[in-house]
Amino acid sequence: MLKDKVILKIRDIRKIYHTKEKEILAVDNFSFDLKQGEFVAIVGPSGCGKSTILSILCGLEDASSGTINKVDNLKFGYMLQSDNLFEWRTIYKNCILGLEIQNLKDKEHIKYVNSLIKTYGLLEFKDAYPSNLSGGMRQRVSLIRTLATKPDVLLLDEPFSALDQETRLAVSDDVYRIIKKENKSAIMVTHDIGEAVSMADRVIVLSDRPSEVKNIYEIKIKNRKNPIENRKTKEFSDYYDLIWKDIGYHV
Amino acid sequence: MYSLEHKKYLKKIRRNSILVHLTQILIIALFIFIWQFAANNEWINTFIYSSPKSILETIIDLYKDGSLFHHIWVTFYEVIISFILGTVIGIVVASILWRFKFLARVLDPYLTILNSLPKVSLGPVIIIIAGAGVKSIILMALFISVIVTIINVHQAFISTDSNKIKLLESFRASKCQIFFKLIIPSNFQNIISTFKVNLGLVFIGVIMGEFLVSKAGVGYLIMYGSQVFNLNLVMTGIIILAVMASLMYYLIVFIEKRCEK
Ligand SMILES: Nc1ncnc2c1ncn2[C@@H]1O[C@H](COP(=O)(O)OP(=O)(O)OP(=O)(O)O)[C@@H](O)[C@H]1O
Ligand SMILES: [Mg+2]
Repeated sequence: MLKDKVILKIRDIRKIYHTKEKEILAVDNFSFDLKQGEFVAIVGPSGCGKSTILSILCGLEDASSGTINKVDNLKFGYMLQSDNLFEWRTIYKNCILGLEIQNLKDKEHIKYVNSLIKTYGLLEFKDAYPSNLSGGMRQRVSLIRTLATKPDVLLLDEPFSALDQETRLAVSDDVYRIIKKENKSAIMVTHDIGEAVSMADRVIVLSDRPSEVKNIYEIKIKNRKNPIENRKTKEFSDYYDLIWKDIGYHV
Repeated sequence: MYSLEHKKYLKKIRRNSILVHLTQILIIALFIFIWQFAANNEWINTFIYSSPKSILETIIDLYKDGSLFHHIWVTFYEVIISFILGTVIGIVVASILWRFKFLARVLDPYLTILNSLPKVSLGPVIIIIAGAGVKSIILMALFISVIVTIINVHQAFISTDSNKIKLLESFRASKCQIFFKLIIPSNFQNIISTFKVNLGLVFIGVIMGEFLVSKAGVGYLIMYGSQVFNLNLVMTGIIILAVMASLMYYLIVFIEKRCEK
C-alpha cells in the first residue's frame, strides 16, 4: 500500500455519555486524519476522553455525531487500558483468543504468536495462568493478543503503563519496529510525553474534558531511528518541553 | 527440591486438615453414642426419638424384605430427573434472558413473584394437572428449583465483566462466541454453585411431592411411618435422606474437581 495514503478520516466527533443522573460531554469537535504507516500519539489529562476516542474508532461505541471514513476492510487491533486476561485460560490460550474468534488459527499465525511470546520473555509462562503473572507481564500478554491477529491499525491505550522503565523502553522499541516494518499504523494513548515524542510521527495534545484537539505536533527528528535513540536527540528535549508546557498538567 | 521451611509449611497444612477430619468424625460418633446412651437409660422417649440401634434394625428389615433399595432408587431417580431437567431448563432460560435484555426486563417482576410464592401451594393444582404419580413429583421439584436457577444464573451472566465483553467485541466476536468463550467459562464457578443449590431444592421438591402423592420412595416411607406411628421408620427415612444428600453433594464436588482440570 502507498505511504501517505489517508486510511482514516475523522471529522467533528462528539460523544455524549448519558446516565440517569446526568450527561457527560466526553469528546467534542475531534478531527484528524491517519495516514498509512503513521504512528500517532494522543496525550491529555486523565478523564479527558482518550479511551472514548479509541473505542469510537474501533466501533465499540457510537459517536453522538460526526463522521469516520475509513478505507475498506481496515482491521483494528485494540489493546484496552485494562489487560482483561481470561483467568481460566493459560497465557498461550489468552494470546490466541483473537485468532480463535476470527478463525485465524493457522500455522503462520501460531508461529507468529510463539515468536512474540519468546521475544517478550514469556516462554517460561506459556502454560501458566494469568494469576501467576506480574502486572507488567500481563500487559505484555495483552499486547501479544492484540498483535496476533495482525491488524492494520493498532489502537493502544496506555500499553506500557504497567511496565518498569527498562522493559518499557525495550518493549516500545519492539512495538515500534513491528509497526514500521510492516507499514502498519498506530494510535497510542499515553501519559508519558517522552514516550509520545520518541515513538510518534505526530503527537495530538488534548484539552481537559470535553476533549478537543489543543495542538498537533509533527515530530521532526533528523536521523530518526528507534525510540531509544530518538530520546538522545536535541529535538526530543525541545518537543518534550514544548508539549510539557502545552499540557500544563502536573503529574 | 523444597526448602526446609516449605516442607514444614506443607506438613502443617496436612496436619491441620487431618485434625479437622478427625474432629468431624468424633462429633458424629459422639452424637450417635449419646443418642444410644440416652435411649438405653430412658432419658428420652424412644417411641418418639427412636435410637440408633432401632434405626439400624429397621434398615436391616427393609433390606431383608427387598424394599430398601426400591425406595431409595425411586427417590434417587426422581431427584436425578428433576435435577437434570431443572438445571438445563434454568440455564437455557437464563441464557435466553441474557441474550434478550428486553425480555429479561419484562419478565423480571413475574420471576420475582414466582420465586417468593410458596411452591407447595401449587401442589393440588399440579396433582390435578399431572395426576397422582411420578410426573407430579417431578413437576413439583421443577417448580421449586427452576425459578431460582433462572434468577441466579441470569444474575451471574449479566454481571460478567463488561470490559472483557468489550475486548471480545473489539475482535468482532459474535454474541454466540461471547457466550461460549466468555459468559459460560467465566461463570463456571457460579454454575457449579447453582448445581449445589439446585440439588438441595430438588430434594425438597421430591420429598414434598412424595408426601403428597407417592406410592414409593423415601418420602413415602417417612409419610407412611408417621401415619402408622412408626417413628423408627420416620427416623430411618430421614437418615437415608441425609446419606443420599451428602453422597450426591460429593458427587458434584467430584465432578467440579474433574472439570477444573
Ligand atoms: N460508559 C460510560 N458512561 C458514562 N460516562 C463515561 C463512560 N465511559 C467514560 N465516561 C466518562 O467520559 C469521560 C472520559 O472517559 P475516558 O475513559 O475516555 O477518559 P480517559 O481520557 O481515557 O481517562 P484516563 O486517562 O484516566 O484513562 C470520563 O469523565 C468518564 O467519566
Ligand atoms: Mg483511558
